Amino acid sequence: MLHGAVLRSPLAHARIVSVDASAARAHPKVVAVLTGADLDERGMAWMPTLVGDVQAVLATDKVRFQGQEIAFVVATDRYAARDALELIAVDYEPLPPLIDATTALEPDAPTVRDDLPGGNRIFDWSAGDKEATDAAFAAADVVVGCDMVYPRSHPAPLETCGVIADYEPVGGRLTLWSTSQAPHAHRMFYAVLTGLPEHRIRIVSPDLGGGFGAKVPVYPGYVAAIAASMATGRPVKWVEDRSENLMSTAFARDYHMHGEIAATADGRILALRARVLADHGAFNAVAQPSKFPAGFFHIFTGSYQTKSAYCEVTGVYTNKAPGGVAYSCSFRITEAVYLVERLTDMLARRLGADPAELRMRNLLRPEQFPYTTPSGWQYDSGDYPRALRLALDMAGYDELRREQAERRARGEYMGIGLSFFTEGVGAGPRGHMDIMGLGMADGADLRVHPTGKAVLAVSVQTQGQGHETTFAQLVAQELGLSPNDVEVVHGDTDRTPFGLGTYGSRSTPVSGAAAVVAARKVRERARVVAAVMLEVAADDLEWLDGKWRVRGDPDQALDIAEIARAAHSSLELPAGVEGHLDASAVYNPPNLTFPFGAYICVTDVDPGTGEVKVRRFIAVDDCGVRINPMIVEGQVHRGLADGIGIALMQAISFDEIGNCLSGSFMDYLLPTALECPSPELGATVTPSPHHPVGAKGIGESATVGSPPAVVNSVVDALAPFGVVHADMPLTPANVWLAIQAAGRKE
Amino acid sequence: MQVPAQVEYERAASVDHALTLLARYAPGARILAGGHSLIPMMKLRLAQPEVLVDINGIGGLRYIELVADELRIGALARHADLLASQVAGEHFAILHDAERVIADPVVRNWGTIGGSLCQADPSEDLSAAFAALKGSMIIHGPGGSREVSARAFHTGPYETVVGQAEMLTEIRLPVRPHSGSAYAKVARRAGDWPIGAAGVAVRLEGEVIADVGIGLTAVGAAHFVAAEAEEFLLGRAAGEEAFLRAGEIAAAHCRPGSDQRGPEEYKRHLVRELTARMLRAAVRRARGLDPVTAAP
Amino acid sequence: MKITVTVNGTDYARVVEPRLLLIHFLRDELGLTGSHWGCDTSNCGACVVWLDETPVKSCTVLAVMADGRRVATVEGLASRPVLGGTGLDPVQEAFAACHGLQCGFCTPGMMMTARWLLDHNPDPTEDDVREAISGQVCRCTGYENIVRSVLRAAKLEGGDPAEQRLRTDPPQGGRAVHQGPGHVHR
Repeated sequence: MLHGAVLRSPLAHARIVSVDASAARAHPKVVAVLTGADLDERGMAWMPTLVGDVQAVLATDKVRFQGQEIAFVVATDRYAARDALELIAVDYEPLPPLIDATTALEPDAPTVRDDLPGGNRIFDWSAGDKEATDAAFAAADVVVGCDMVYPRSHPAPLETCGVIADYEPVGGRLTLWSTSQAPHAHRMFYAVLTGLPEHRIRIVSPDLGGGFGAKVPVYPGYVAAIAASMATGRPVKWVEDRSENLMSTAFARDYHMHGEIAATADGRILALRARVLADHGAFNAVAQPSKFPAGFFHIFTGSYQTKSAYCEVTGVYTNKAPGGVAYSCSFRITEAVYLVERLTDMLARRLGADPAELRMRNLLRPEQFPYTTPSGWQYDSGDYPRALRLALDMAGYDELRREQAERRARGEYMGIGLSFFTEGVGAGPRGHMDIMGLGMADGADLRVHPTGKAVLAVSVQTQGQGHETTFAQLVAQELGLSPNDVEVVHGDTDRTPFGLGTYGSRSTPVSGAAAVVAARKVRERARVVAAVMLEVAADDLEWLDGKWRVRGDPDQALDIAEIARAAHSSLELPAGVEGHLDASAVYNPPNLTFPFGAYICVTDVDPGTGEVKVRRFIAVDDCGVRINPMIVEGQVHRGLADGIGIALMQAISFDEIGNCLSGSFMDYLLPTALECPSPELGATVTPSPHHPVGAKGIGESATVGSPPAVVNSVVDALAPFGVVHADMPLTPANVWLAIQAAGRKE
Repeated sequence: MQVPAQVEYERAASVDHALTLLARYAPGARILAGGHSLIPMMKLRLAQPEVLVDINGIGGLRYIELVADELRIGALARHADLLASQVAGEHFAILHDAERVIADPVVRNWGTIGGSLCQADPSEDLSAAFAALKGSMIIHGPGGSREVSARAFHTGPYETVVGQAEMLTEIRLPVRPHSGSAYAKVARRAGDWPIGAAGVAVRLEGEVIADVGIGLTAVGAAHFVAAEAEEFLLGRAAGEEAFLRAGEIAAAHCRPGSDQRGPEEYKRHLVRELTARMLRAAVRRARGLDPVTAAP
Repeated sequence: MKITVTVNGTDYARVVEPRLLLIHFLRDELGLTGSHWGCDTSNCGACVVWLDETPVKSCTVLAVMADGRRVATVEGLASRPVLGGTGLDPVQEAFAACHGLQCGFCTPGMMMTARWLLDHNPDPTEDDVREAISGQVCRCTGYENIVRSVLRAAKLEGGDPAEQRLRTDPPQGGRAVHQGPGHVHR
């Protein structure tokens, strides 16, 4: 096996004058060096992105972000590959870089993509009713507006991205062991790129060390490794290091938002308006349904009754790494929820209202579901007031407010921050959702063996969410089996049905549904077989307590194991009925599912230093039917930690010339066990009416809902200083500066 | 892939042997102790020594003991040793305050006191702590050993007075009665390098400050010392007015730079705030008012 | 250069470059892939193993520094003398029972630190546990179930604190090293 290393650009924007790899090629342990020119000959120097743009695999003409791939060294060991990088001489002609997205559309801004006609503008997109919204604003008693930035961050799974590419030239087969959250989508991508048919490409994505959206895109390193394997005829392994991960793989967020909320004098929300500048980096490589260039941002009316809403999003290129959709964002719902929850808090402050009361006044009522929002989302089910009430009870909200008042009198500053979120997951109905033209329907294949054990093959791919358990439970529940008797197979394209993969919390809503549908098909086939075995009509059987039982004579019953044995035997079956107990399903979800929650975050702030300590985090989640509560809670625990990190310390930042200042865990700070309090979790259950078992999905909920709770908490703590808003990350310096700035205003 | 460049490796069996190796392979030889300052730099290829002289096998350099009225710390003592040392904590609460917030428990297991001091990172908490305590360093060289004040040990970022063929072997801290010390650091997260930090060691005679050391970390204080603030406090009554004024003086004289951790004005503010807080805490401890194990 | 390292009780003699990191020696030379690496700057702790009975970040130690020393990795956890005879260390049992891992990438390091903590402090508080793992990052669990797992392992062990087991010699052999809190359990 050979080992690859990527030479990356130190500059954010430069013309490539020459690349001289001769000294590297002469290194005794180096087998090959690929450059952009080499890949160009194979038609692989550029590749499509998931949203119809193109991205350089190895730069040919220009580099467009610091860390961009320039060359790929293949050597007999990893250390030598690293050494050889220093032997490649690249002559750059620096160009002025575009780093500040807010200047991207100015006439004299550097052009990032001179290979495209549109300059730095990627798209303009809008949703909602502009006229009605503007009218509502004009007539409103109160309008509160704010500029807020959702800073660039990075999912940073603990295992970085990597691949072993093994092209076997005799059979023309390509095998990839790959960190991929979407193996089948990747397989199709590589088929298009290399010209190999899909059945000669196998992607194995086994145990992944976390994904969080970082492992959805196809990265240049993967393609370079494939090209290197094809060129050398040997397996090539490439695993990125942490700085490469942070500097070049899919970042998240980076939304510059201006939001406004219009309300009556007594605090009823009338309308919401938002204008967003989206920084997409040097290539438009967001991973999201193709018809939604700003993802699901237009869900930004949140959980409240609003008459009208309108948003505009403009996407621009900058000289930074590509990405934008990652890190449990549910396709930009993190940004939308942050906006509406900050605005709601600011509205409460303006009106002198309690933020919990204001929310309660405006939350959608259970009888309004299914509810269509002004921006076109149909929320499936929810009892919002109940969830909020539960959270307030768990927190001891009134007692907290009393404590806050007492402490303020003593010069101590604590904050209580709320967040109520609705998110839409489980993309999605093929009618209007696709990625690269692939419908987002997922398959499940279920096979029950003669001895009654089952194997479920699914298209989604786990990175720790416990699919092996939850999917086994789903099938076991439908068939009266023990979950221990159901094996879940995933992550190998040779052994699993087609699907779009794991992200956007879609495993339970889509693939889980497919598994249930397949299991029910098996159960129905089993009914027919059982009818033959018991010599009754199929309609005379009912499924009760894990067995097919004769109506009126329940002791005459058969379980799936017995039926499976018979289905594989010489038992004569009726005409048209096939033997065995196998079934497949491809599930096209009729709608998204809409998990929601109410979060409360209590912080203590030291205004002398700006330090923030998160004291308590109360989280009530409703993800519909909870298949495995322990796993659900584990997902929420993580999302709350994400919120603390994103709100207080995580941000990918750059200097004026595009040097990434967050290229390691020394500067891209992640919360430790000391920053995360023991969370207090609660749950309500409002099943999804359209999901086969009523489950909604939970994976991203807490990452969506928690950052606004933390920020609202800190701003609440600083209210006595006149602070109305402060952008994330709320580092000690930023908190202190916010206090100073508010003081200067007064 | 962040891995070190090629390097040669020698193992020293004794201090003299180490000095010989350092001289022989000068100028490209570096001492390898815990490696937790040097190896990260080597992985990023910011440091590319030609020869590593591994001193971990040298016996008799890992100790923390009270000798007469001095606490003596062997240069190979690990951070974890210092944090766990009862005798160190009893006499110098500042050392435990600082160690508690240096890196993390696992890094503290292997990183050495000597290594951290010789790395001379401007953000090294112990450098300021030892400066506040007015300790001294014992440096062994080919001609024997010499003693250098902790407040003259660091000559600039990543620079000390230890010569190419010399080795730090011991740190000595004077134990004085009626003394108290404390350290506090503000960082973006647990285990992070400081945005700013201050350590104070004070000796009282009655109500008056008879001796004081103020160490500042990461804010461009020369030799990690807030000399002007120290001078102001000598002979003054230990009270709020003096503490606040000392904080202002310390803030005025340091030279923090704006960076990712914060702008200059914020760091100056931290110096003002933390110096005053640590004076308060050190004086309370000198008066026996707070148990030394409580956070400052 | 030639080194001999005792890993999980077995001696391994290999010829290595001085610059080879211990984590790569364990994974690539010895095939012990249970320890992982996740960063470049000694921050994440996915690589934590024991070096002479002390948890260290093996990405920040050279393999040559381990010459003549003992290394313990997660692969060796289950083979230590344990209670109950399930073959798993109580720490491993507790992590499995309490959903203390999701993707599992940080888990070996977390468990090695947990094992060391419980050896020195058999009855830790929640704060003790959080402090002990504060140098190690988890992206999946938010730490809550890791903490619960360690506390659960402490309960599972519960044994007699007066029962001392063998402790190896301090690495320096010379003057007295620090006093550790609590007794050593093996």
